[in-house]
This record gives sequence, C-alpha cells and structure tokens, in this order.
Amino acid sequence: MDEYFGSYAVVVALFAIGVVIFAGALFGNRMLRPNRPTPEKLTTYECGIDPVGDGWAQSQVRYYVFTYLYVVFAVDAVFLFPWATVFAAPGFGMTTLVEMFVFLGFIALGILYAWRKRVLAWT
Amino acid sequence: MAEVLDAAVRLIAIVAVFLVLPLVAGQTEHKVMAHMQSRLGPMYAGGFHGWAQLIADGVKFIQKEDVIPAAADRRVFGLAPAVALVPYLVVMVVIPIGPGLVGVDLDAGLFFVLAVMGIGVLGSIMAGWSSGNKYSLMGGMRSAAQLMSYELPLVLAASSVAMAAGTLSLPGIVEAWQWWWLPWQAVGGVVFFMAGLAELRRPPFDMPIAESEIIMGPMTEYTGIRFALFMLAEYAGIIVLSALTSVLFLGGWHGPLLPGPVWMLIKVFALVFVVIWVRVSYPRLREDQLQKLAWAGLVPLALAQLALTGIVKVLTV
Repeated sequence: MDEYFGSYAVVVALFAIGVVIFAGALFGNRMLRPNRPTPEKLTTYECGIDPVGDGWAQSQVRYYVFTYLYVVFAVDAVFLFPWATVFAAPGFGMTTLVEMFVFLGFIALGILYAWRKRVLAWT
Repeated sequence: MAEVLDAAVRLIAIVAVFLVLPLVAGQTEHKVMAHMQSRLGPMYAGGFHGWAQLIADGVKFIQKEDVIPAAADRRVFGLAPAVALVPYLVVMVVIPIGPGLVGVDLDAGLFFVLAVMGIGVLGSIMAGWSSGNKYSLMGGMRSAAQLMSYELPLVLAASSVAMAAGTLSLPGIVEAWQWWWLPWQAVGGVVFFMAGLAELRRPPFDMPIAESEIIMGPMTEYTGIRFALFMLAEYAGIIVLSALTSVLFLGGWHGPLLPGPVWMLIKVFALVFVVIWVRVSYPRLREDQLQKLAWAGLVPLALAQLALTGIVKVLTV
C-alpha cells in the first residue's frame, strides 16, 4: 500500500514545482514592474468603450442541458475504464462483449432521446 | 537516496521539457503560420529568423505593470492562470518518451491524465467569471460548455485504447502497441485529437475566445505576466495533447532506426504542425455547430470505435 501511494509522491513534488514556477513568475514581475494605477486604468476594458452596467449581467445560459447530458454519460464512462482492462481476460470473452453492446445501446439511446427532443439544435 | 536522486533527475527533465517545448511550439506557430499566409513572421529578435522572439516577449511581459480591474474578483482573477497552467505540467509526469523514460509509471495513468487535463479548463472558467466583464463571462460559459461536450468523446476514445492494451498505464499501452493498431484505432485517434483541440480552445474550436465577437473571452482583462502564463498554458496544452495522441494512437517511442525519444519528438512535432495547419485552414465554428459536432458527430464515432475495438479484441484473443 505504501508503495502504491509512494508513486504519487513524485506527482505531488511536480505539483509543488508548478506552484513555485507560478509564484516565481509573479515575484519576478513584482520586482521589475512599475506600479502607477489610475482610476481610468482600473476600469474594466470590456470591448474598448466604457462599460455600461454591472459586469455580472443577466444572460440566458443555454448550456445547462449539455451539463445534464454530460453527467449521465460521465458516470457511464467512469465504469468503462475498470471494465476496459479486464474484458478480454481469459474467462470473460463473449459474455462481456454482449454486455458492452448493451452498455453502448444505453448511451446511444440517451443521445437519440436528446436528439429527438431537439436539445442539440438551437431555436 | 539513489531513489530520491533518480526522481529528482526525472523531475528536472520534465520541468525543462515543460519550459522549452511550448516555446518551440509557439515559435513554430509564428513561422509556419506566417509562411502559410505568405508572410515572413518574426525576423529580427536574436538575429537568425527571429528565433528569440518568444524570449523577447517573455522579457517584455515580466516588466509590465500588473493591472487588475477594480471590478474584478481579485483573488480568483489572480489564481486563474495558475489553475490553467499547472495541470499541464503535472500531466507530463506520466507521459513516457522511451522505454523506462517516464516521470512515474502510474497504474491508473490514463485515468489520471484525463482527470488532471480537465482541471486546466477551470482556469479559463475562473478567469471569465472573475473578470467582471460581460464578454469574459460569456467566454467562460462557452469554455464550460465546450469542456462538457468534448470531454465525453475524449474519454471514450481514450478508453478504446485502454481496451486494446488491457492496461491504463501509459508505458504499458505503448509496450503493447503493434503497427496494425494504426488502422484499427484510427477513428478513435481522430476523435481524440479533435476533442483535445476543442478542450484546448484552439481554432477552429476557439469560440470561447473568439476575438472578433467577444474580444478575447476570459483573457480580455489580463495583461502582463498573467496573460503570458495563459499563453504558456495554451502551448503547453498543445504539447501535452500531441504527446498523448502519439503515446495512445501513434505508438509513442516505436519506430525503425532512430532511438525512441527521437521518434517521440518527431511524432509530437508532426502533430503540433497539424494543430497549426488546422488553425490556419479552417474558419471558426459557430457555437451551436460546435455542440452539434460533439454530440452528433464525435460521440457516435467514438462509440463505434469502442464496438470495433471490443469485437476485434475478443475475436483475436
């Protein structure tokens, strides 16, 4: 068990190096940069002219449906990985293959349903 | 002690690759794009064909004032470039460039790669949300939607290779690779590469940063070093995607005559060239076309690839 998590120690070390690279870049920037803020400079750039209204304006989010679709499929996809490594092992063979087609059928049915509901086309 | 030293050498090599290859890719993009558009590209910096252009850019970026708009959410705004950049560095730890030449051989390597690469997109969502800018917010939303849609074909295509190799470890996959996997996994490879491009928000999938329509999307308010880090993240992402596609679908270090790491480098840069070529050749997709391509195009193709992989694998074993 120790060995298993031991291999992740290198990953953690690399993550720490990444944080150091980021901090180092910001520190170098702090040492070298001028700092003369003015109210005009600190306004939101947006598209070049002075912004009208608040930054967090209300807008219609059309993408939530894709989130639903994704959550359904992502759960399926997670089960796919452990299955993928053993399905061809001795003693599994044809049965697991048929099971896979059932699995693919479920996913395909989900997409077909979304298609029929016209979720994929924008009005 | 020897173990720690071994790990340290590997980490240093990874960091060197992480800091050098994205710059090479960026310079390649400058020059290749320029010549495809009948321009010369950078010619002055460094003397010989502008080879030092990106170093000069870096020197400029690090001296620039750090402007954070008053309306922005400072903490999230400041952190976003790190969230975009660091995952690509971390992913490099499991990518093998030769037999035994890998940062660490995780037995869940492929799963780890997909999980960590997904985090990179969060940086762009954070940037869009925290900028206090309507267009950035829209860009962030589009990033999120794009991640949702293209993560699925990416995962399905990758799991097809895992099925073929019977392992999730990346060195294990390359070791199991045979030349006839090339036609066998071709559809999966194309799906994986396209979905990866979309996750990197590269043209023609650059709807989230579409500069002619929402300025620069999540990056609009960024200047100086933070903007440079976003750019570095983009090119590091290109390197990671090309390396992963080579490892999973093109056989990684396999190849005649030349040593393994050289083959790996050749394959990576061939794919980098394709990434640039695609950028120059195709117009940007509209947002709904983008979503439709993922759900009605890539996902069914990836599912067909899974079925093909399963049948061939069970029949040949």
